[in-house]
Amino acid sequence: MSATNTSATNTSPTASQTRSRAVWNAIRGSRVTTIGCVLILLHVLIALAAPLLTPFNPVANDSPNALMGATWQHWAGTDQYGRDVLARTLYGGRYALIVSLFATAAAVGLGTILGCVAALRGGWFDAVLMRLLDGILAVPAILALLVVVTALGTGTAIIVLAITIIYAPQVTRVVRAAAQNIVPLDYVSAARARGESWWSILTGELLPNVIDVVAVEVALRASWVVLVISSLSFLGFGANPPTPDWGLMVAENRAAMTVVPLATLAPIIALATLVLGLNMAADGLSKSFGVDKGKAAA
Amino acid sequence: MIGFIARRLGAMVLTIVLSSLLVFFALQALPGDVATQVLGQNATPDAVAALREKLNLNQPPFQRYLSWVGNAVQGDFGESTASGDPVGALLWQSLRNTLLIAGIAVVIGIVASLVLGIVAGLQRDKPADHVISGASLVAMSIPEFVVATLLVLVFAIAIPIFPAVVLSDADTSIASLLPSIWLPAATLAIALSAYIVRMARAGVIDTMNSEFVSAARLRGLTRSQVLFRHALPSALLPTVNVIALNIAWLIGGVVVVEAVFNYPGVGKLMLDAVYDRDLPILQAIAVLSAMVYALSNLAADMAAMALNPRLRTGGR
Repeated sequence: MSATNTSATNTSPTASQTRSRAVWNAIRGSRVTTIGCVLILLHVLIALAAPLLTPFNPVANDSPNALMGATWQHWAGTDQYGRDVLARTLYGGRYALIVSLFATAAAVGLGTILGCVAALRGGWFDAVLMRLLDGILAVPAILALLVVVTALGTGTAIIVLAITIIYAPQVTRVVRAAAQNIVPLDYVSAARARGESWWSILTGELLPNVIDVVAVEVALRASWVVLVISSLSFLGFGANPPTPDWGLMVAENRAAMTVVPLATLAPIIALATLVLGLNMAADGLSKSFGVDKGKAAA
Repeated sequence: MIGFIARRLGAMVLTIVLSSLLVFFALQALPGDVATQVLGQNATPDAVAALREKLNLNQPPFQRYLSWVGNAVQGDFGESTASGDPVGALLWQSLRNTLLIAGIAVVIGIVASLVLGIVAGLQRDKPADHVISGASLVAMSIPEFVVATLLVLVFAIAIPIFPAVVLSDADTSIASLLPSIWLPAATLAIALSAYIVRMARAGVIDTMNSEFVSAARLRGLTRSQVLFRHALPSALLPTVNVIALNIAWLIGGVVVVEAVFNYPGVGKLMLDAVYDRDLPILQAIAVLSAMVYALSNLAADMAAMALNPRLRTGGR
């Protein structure tokens, strides 16, 4: 949130500053949003500070101590290879967070630009683009990801690219709907009459006015992306063993669920709190902005 | 209205064609020679040549797509490169098993979530609403494999009433599958419900605050008359689309759920196909799910017309 350091002495903030200020106020103003953002921040901090929080190496095998319950040394026990479950859980957000960060930013960025351009241009460009995106939407995300993984492999860059392509259409639809309300307004017509390029109308007139919708989209899509990435890891096509990753941990430790339930439950709790944080942020923001969440979900 | 349906059908076919094109060419993007990729580096040149012949790899990609479509519309989806069985037969067999769990999940999921959503909407900000809204937020925040794992932990391990995994093959009889369908179906129903509950709740709240509901109340209609004759049809209108989308995306959830329970349905068929790089199966399943998407959207449009008289007479 760049607007945090907008000083009070700044007497004539530009439109985009006041709008991003509105986003910041919305985060502070609603309890749901605040809790959501705190949960997200907590996960980011834990992922960054994991080496400081645990003395254990998340990928170091220690077979004599495999499948232990909680002890004073291993607070959440150990898995089948004797790896510390708590350490793996603390490190486990790194893969998901990094992939989600890039994938969400790329998907929302691309979707926002496409949505604005579609609303601005209209006509055949809009019609063709929306048909094309419908074709992508018709294939469920996890299925489309599996197709991409089959064709190109499980590299991180490939997964980010695939998620961008799969989730951008939904963002495009939502942003397009919001931008269509702005395009007929006088100041857009004025900008057009001034002969401004479509790119400068997009950045100067449209973007500042759809930033609230975009903020909700970021939180909402991020929650979906985290879910789909963890599912992919669970199925064995995301993070590669022995990378500590929550989805992968559940898949690995499920078989020993009766012996060491914590080894399965710890990554589940971590994953659920992160996505819950994202969903609460999306919820709170959409309520503050009066953005119709139903349309956002569709 | 006939024109409207015809237009929707046209759009539907276009969507299916587009997504089949996208998937077909995404799969052609296999780096290097597809036949070598499928068979592995140690394949004999003869085997590679035979597979190239079988997959028509010697033709240009677009011609290959056209001949694939030509066969597909006649029900011939080619042969599995892994087992040699016809893809159509494999697909119908697994589809039967998937429809078994998906059908139960859709019926239970929609009924339960509509009831819960309406109750939460009517009891807005009371304890019942807080419990239902909170539960749906949590359900939204955990992936299907977590729901499935937790259900196994409770209903297969702690209280062993259902089997944790299915050991049958796809061609088993429905009767022998029956004991093992409940946990997968419950997982799908929960995954399906979260969004529907929230939409139904929001719809009910919006509608109950609208002027026509106040008017109906002031006319002295009973509470149930107001609710069932006036409020609910328009309250549930936006929910219909969400239901359609969730059914379309159910096939994604099916992949994960069937992996957890080793359930012999379309999702497992697809995962096996990914491991084996079985392109004909992947293409067929992708088209199938695009059809499910298009059909459920069409059904949503029909339902919207049934609920909203303005759409019937508008005749744009």
